[in-house]
Amino acid sequence: MDVKDIMKPENMVYSKTPVLTATTMHYCPGCSHGTVHKLIAEVIEEMGIQEKTIGVSPVGCAVFAYNYIDIDWQQAAHGRAPALATATKRLHPEKYVFTYQGDGDLASIGTAEIMHACNRGENIVVIFINNGIYGMTGGQMAPTTLIGMKTATSPYGRDPKLHGMPLKITNLIAQLEGTCYVTRQAVHNAAAARKTKRAIRKAFENSALGKGTSFVEVVSTCNSGWKLSPVAANEWMVENMFPEYPMGDLKDR
Amino acid sequence: MAEKILMKGNEAIAHAAIRCGCDGYFGYPITPQSEVMETLMEEQPWETTGMVVLQAESETSSINMLYGGASCGKKVMTSSSSPGLSLMCEGLSYLAGAELPCLVVNVVRGGPGLGTIQPGQGDYFQACKGGGHGDYRMIVLAPASAQEMYDFVDLSFELAFKYRNPAMILSDGVIGQMMEKVELRPMKPRWTNEEIVKTMPWATTGKTPDRKQNVITSLALDAAVHERLNHTLIAKYKQMEEEDVRFESIQCEDAEHVIVAYGCMARICESTIEMARKEGIKLGLLRPITLFPFPKKEINRLVPHLKSMMSVELSTGQMLEDVQLAVNGRIPVNFFGRLGGIVPSPEEVLEAFKNSINK
Repeated sequence: MDVKDIMKPENMVYSKTPVLTATTMHYCPGCSHGTVHKLIAEVIEEMGIQEKTIGVSPVGCAVFAYNYIDIDWQQAAHGRAPALATATKRLHPEKYVFTYQGDGDLASIGTAEIMHACNRGENIVVIFINNGIYGMTGGQMAPTTLIGMKTATSPYGRDPKLHGMPLKITNLIAQLEGTCYVTRQAVHNAAAARKTKRAIRKAFENSALGKGTSFVEVVSTCNSGWKLSPVAANEWMVENMFPEYPMGDLKDR
Repeated sequence: MAEKILMKGNEAIAHAAIRCGCDGYFGYPITPQSEVMETLMEEQPWETTGMVVLQAESETSSINMLYGGASCGKKVMTSSSSPGLSLMCEGLSYLAGAELPCLVVNVVRGGPGLGTIQPGQGDYFQACKGGGHGDYRMIVLAPASAQEMYDFVDLSFELAFKYRNPAMILSDGVIGQMMEKVELRPMKPRWTNEEIVKTMPWATTGKTPDRKQNVITSLALDAAVHERLNHTLIAKYKQMEEEDVRFESIQCEDAEHVIVAYGCMARICESTIEMARKEGIKLGLLRPITLFPFPKKEINRLVPHLKSMMSVELSTGQMLEDVQLAVNGRIPVNFFGRLGGIVPSPEEVLEAFKNSINK
């Protein structure tokens, strides 16, 4: 028996979802973006909603999300994705509309857009990648950067007197009446990735039920920005990020 | 006999939007144009045509809602006034870069800064020379009556979709607040989703198996691709200059001098022309209707027969520069403007004109 005999559909336990394109990702090895993209693509395939899903990509490393997930995309200006998603969903109530945003995009320059979209209870999904750093511009401080964390613009570590405290924007979002599901997840191991996938699926299902905004934060690694190997970055995240950004549902109704 | 209703210019914008098949309005209140959204909210078009009306959290959000709606191939619009337009410039640059059609109405007030809520025409540069970052232009229409406020909504959408480019109605506080009789045009239905899929194959309507994914973006990191994108835009702007220049010429054919004015100032200057003619002065009025593309060719055609031109604006002289460029030093180009929301009388303009040719 050779490999061709083994690789029959009935023998396969795993295959790449066709919603994920064959394009090689530009993300650094160890980066969480690739895993989260895969989970979103799998959810879209499993729900059978490829023709009905419109994504809004941010400014940051994930600006090129459209190269990897094979759906229609709108590429937004920095922080403005929730405004695009608002209009898209209101003009196409039958569609599944989601934004994919990083911490600089969502929690800094786009705070007004995200807060008001969530407060209006737009029936959209928000995927929020929080790695505590600006990845694409070269590792500058983000609103979610931890105290003492060294970045290109906080070279001596984040000093709360100078820069304020890390912004736990997901906690704020959970307080808004418009949100129906707010959760914080990670993808550093298989168990966590499975939980994140369930959260993403639930978020997409919510948006069809008209329950309001679903918000999935994924505490993520930026090993290039953090200057750590992929394995060390995962360990550092568990040790340092998780105490500040604890895992679990903040709201589910 | 078509229905005629007495209404403000701003209200005309709202009624025109509903009746020309607009899909969505996204706006933020600011004087002197708040009647646009107020009228829409009162009319509740979502109950009749299905048009979406939403009060956004800021002008920044409004313009990005337009980006989302326009990406779907929908007819979307916003309206604002000068300080609000400054906030929208980021979005306008992205809309132009991503080649998205939309309508932005600017009912101009005096600036800079918070300025005044009185009428102004000081946003000409911002409207006609880009405003946001990068090399782009918008189609800019300047209404001079409430009827034109109404009619230019449909016309703007037509041009915006013809070129896949943002279009702007550059109005002012006088035209926005002034009440006049407006003839309502026949209702046009909104495009169906099927029509949008068929006529706008680029729109994000959901990727079906028979086509590749559609991506709306202004990003092009490859130098050659980005240069090509810019050349595509330039070609569109050239085509606008060839095909869509609009202007009104009043008593210019035998004129020795011509005033160039748009919007509310064109209305004032019409009276100035009448007064001058009674005194035997051969004065004409050129009213650009499209400020971009600017009626350069018409000015070029008139110049050999003229002794002077004068730009009259509620600014410190912005359209003046386009007139000067078209005249190219062949005859004197004079200027008269008032600021702070002070709208000059026809007599004041006539005196300024006489001083300009006697100096």
